[in-house]
Amino acid sequence: MTRARIDGRIDLDRATYDAVVAHARSDFPYEVCGLLAAQEGRLAKHFTIPNAARSMTYYSMDPKALLHAMNEIDDAGWDLFAIYHSHTHTEAFPSPTDVELAFYPDAVYLIVSLQDTQEAAVRAFDIVDGRISERTVYVDGEEAPAGRR
Amino acid sequence: MPIEVRVPTVLRRHTSGEKKIDGDGATLRELVDDLESRHSGLKDALVGEDGQVHRFINVYVNDEDVRFLGGIETPLEEGDSVSILPAVAGG
Repeated sequence: MTRARIDGRIDLDRATYDAVVAHARSDFPYEVCGLLAAQEGRLAKHFTIPNAARSMTYYSMDPKALLHAMNEIDDAGWDLFAIYHSHTHTEAFPSPTDVELAFYPDAVYLIVSLQDTQEAAVRAFDIVDGRISERTVYVDGEEAPAGRR
Repeated sequence: MPIEVRVPTVLRRHTSGEKKIDGDGATLRELVDDLESRHSGLKDALVGEDGQVHRFINVYVNDEDVRFLGGIETPLEEGDSVSILPAVAGG
């Protein structure tokens, strides 16, 4: 398993975590993507965004759905808390493309891996100026499965 | 009535933190030049050396992606609303 420096944590509630994993499974073997918005650190809304690429190796958020979600987040005074997508055949670690196209340094990048079809793995990263650091994912206070180690 | 432009968080360093700014122009190209005169750095963030909107920057006029309109030459009218968003994509 590829590793990055661990720096900090991200806390998700069980319902959100399960919803993100369920979304990832819903279009297997294609990658899915979405956004999590928060208000003062508490999750405010989960947006599923269509993957305009509908690919097994690439995602590109549908521009119009992305605009509507971002406007809603802005108008509500929420923060863009996390950007997630799935890897259907590889581990939950940012690919070179993920790093190259990480244009939102204030958001946490969540990656759901379905490489192990029995148990999804979810890992979280900050990607700033091409540098990756990892956050430990906690769900209702318990560490989430991160995949094979 | 000027054209309202919504600026994403990552580009607000060019707008003194403002999330909505006003500009003028008969086309997107003119609007970008007008904005650049007051918000230095914005043009390079939006437009490449080829004069077109960067591949991974989405610009919308009234909800429609300018890729499906006229790109950088998309005509604008007073009262139009322009939004800018870096793409969210990866592998």
